[in-house]
Amino acid sequence: MIEHLPALIIAIPLFGAFIAPLFKKKQSIAAVWAILITAITVILSLMLMYQVRLHGIIVYVFGADKPTIVLPSGYKVPIRIMFEIDGIGAFMAISATLMSFVGALYSYSHVKAESGLEKYYALLLLLEVGILGMVLTGDLFNLFVFLEIAGIAGSALVGFRNYRGEASEAGIKYLIVSAVASLMVLFAIGILYGEYGNLNLAYISRQVSLSTLDMIAFGLLFASFAMKCGSVPMHYWVPDAYTEVPAGINPVLLVSTYASLYALFRVSFTLFANVSISLERVGWIMSVLGVLTMFIGVTMALVQKDVKRLMSYHAISQTGYMLLGVGVGLTVLHNSDALAEFGRTAMAGGIFHIINHIIYKSLLLMTAGALFYVTGTRNLNEMGGLARKMPITTLCFIVGAAAISGLPPFNGFASKFLIYESSYRLNPLLAVFAMVTSILTLASFVKVFASAFLGPPLEKFENVREVPRPMIVAMVILALLCILFGLFPDVVLNKIVYPAVDALINVAQYQSWGGLA
Amino acid sequence: MISKLVTGSGYWSPLLWLAFLILFTLIGYVIYSRGNPSYKKESEQVKPYLSGNAEPSKEKIQVRASDIYWGFIEALKEYYKVLQAIHTGDVRDYILWYLGVGTVILFLLVGGA
Amino acid sequence: MNGSIWVNFPFIVVALLLAIGFYTIGFKRNLIKVVIGIEILEGAVNLFLVALGYVKGGYAPIYTLAPPEAANPQNMVLPTPQALTLTSIVIGVAVSALMLAFAVNIYKHYGTLDVTKIRRLRG
Repeated sequence: MIEHLPALIIAIPLFGAFIAPLFKKKQSIAAVWAILITAITVILSLMLMYQVRLHGIIVYVFGADKPTIVLPSGYKVPIRIMFEIDGIGAFMAISATLMSFVGALYSYSHVKAESGLEKYYALLLLLEVGILGMVLTGDLFNLFVFLEIAGIAGSALVGFRNYRGEASEAGIKYLIVSAVASLMVLFAIGILYGEYGNLNLAYISRQVSLSTLDMIAFGLLFASFAMKCGSVPMHYWVPDAYTEVPAGINPVLLVSTYASLYALFRVSFTLFANVSISLERVGWIMSVLGVLTMFIGVTMALVQKDVKRLMSYHAISQTGYMLLGVGVGLTVLHNSDALAEFGRTAMAGGIFHIINHIIYKSLLLMTAGALFYVTGTRNLNEMGGLARKMPITTLCFIVGAAAISGLPPFNGFASKFLIYESSYRLNPLLAVFAMVTSILTLASFVKVFASAFLGPPLEKFENVREVPRPMIVAMVILALLCILFGLFPDVVLNKIVYPAVDALINVAQYQSWGGLA
Repeated sequence: MISKLVTGSGYWSPLLWLAFLILFTLIGYVIYSRGNPSYKKESEQVKPYLSGNAEPSKEKIQVRASDIYWGFIEALKEYYKVLQAIHTGDVRDYILWYLGVGTVILFLLVGGA
Repeated sequence: MNGSIWVNFPFIVVALLLAIGFYTIGFKRNLIKVVIGIEILEGAVNLFLVALGYVKGGYAPIYTLAPPEAANPQNMVLPTPQALTLTSIVIGVAVSALMLAFAVNIYKHYGTLDVTKIRRLRG
């Protein structure tokens, strides 16, 4: 069974997704079913990480025993669909499954009053399948298919509250953006297929050259994935989608955004590894996009009145840190001295920030969901004095806010510290922007804290009580993870982050999976 | 072994930091507990106006979210005017920005090849 | 007949369709027309994939009722581009169905399909 792990981790949530609509009559069973399936995938993804650490890259071929088996006609290129799982793929898989589990748990009571929940959970599981497929696959077309699955499931979930016009508006915006991005990805894949007659990532990455066609394909892939991961100035869909989606889906949607970020890294580091050697400016483009993303995201967040919209702008701004960290690493990728000195640390910071950000931003969006649950509004102007009524939510919010602002000893500090201490070596201005962003982040969360939780207790919230237990449990799990990751950052770094970083840096390992030339 | 976060320019040890945080919290508490406990809960001290004026309703005296950082936003008015103008919320602009940025990236990549 | 132009003809059409598609998405005010623009883009990409898979003198990889000279696998084209196109068409149907469903729902709540008016979420 263990050798079929890569197939199982896709098959089980897919099976779950198609079974979930059968629970139309008893919708709470659908919720339990989704929680069960996602819990199984968490275990599978942890096993997958263990296997990757033990045996190195796992290559799983669908429809054959070995990746090296060729066509009977003697056509010697890999033609089968294969999954190729290395450190960063397993890392993203852990993030995705963990967040799906927490999201399903939170949804259990958060959306209980809505109708059509069996479809909600089916879509949640499909979204998880899409993300997992994107991060595990070793085949470009497969990447496109899973990107579309995640995009369709995600936008259907954004528009889930179809009694609200705004939800449909956000849904169609997200869908149009993701449809255009994925079509351009497919166009770029077509260009690469036309040139090299293959779709295998590892195979193409050996052949890619500096020709104009290749660079056009690279540019299309880069821009499309940058839009899908919400980098400024193509971030407009992020606040719309994150605001309107039910809070239980927020963690999963966040991971699906970062699956696109993963694809961006995969394309720049692995697929175009030959090209990036002579193109330092790819790294610079990424770093500059990162700084822009950080700064514009946070300044927009500062003026928001809608609590979830404010947090969505922070999600954009935190994506900037990841782009900056990994971009710094990409800039010095082929300067081995600089890479060892600060490039690897910067990349570790960027990738560590992915999982940290997923954890604390999900926590914060869930507390925002809890505020919405009890007050029925997302407008910060109408809230106040809720700290006494909802002590656990308040505590969770404080942990999340401290983590996102980079206050020690929470996890946000650990990854931001790595990014500050390494990016200034490339250019001090980068680190300055990163720190200013952090301060503005703290400022805007002080605003949320002061206006929603502090202040005199308002009469209209006299009867407000703490949110139901499943929501509390989901939030407390994430808050504990925030603290644990902050107190033992070196353990997390050594166990899952540095393997991921080395997987990105070490292209030769990714390319050498079979006997094919 | 104490866990350490090595950054290449030095290191940071969260557990040590936490130990010092607890230590200083204790010192702070000692100083605080030696203070004069003049605050009495069940007396007139808790009223907002000792003069006996009527207390305004809570909704009126609450500091609202949009009042916070008023000065900051006022000072950066021009910057925010530009930003608000960019964020139109029009789905066509989303795609046009993508086209623009894509063109720039393509130009940077192809132009130097 | 000039061979090189006709070989590249499908790709010229692809470029034209891409331009028309992006123009429709970027400058038409009706939401349905924006959706149509995306469909045009999709047609362009599908045409591109099919055109890539065309080999002069090759046979379609279908064994049933194949002519005798096609039975030799060397004469058959690799079916990958066709498979990709089929998959992409199926995905495209799902996307357009969902987009149109959203459009219907938006019309119900906003009473309009004008993109410049469908922007309650902004700022």
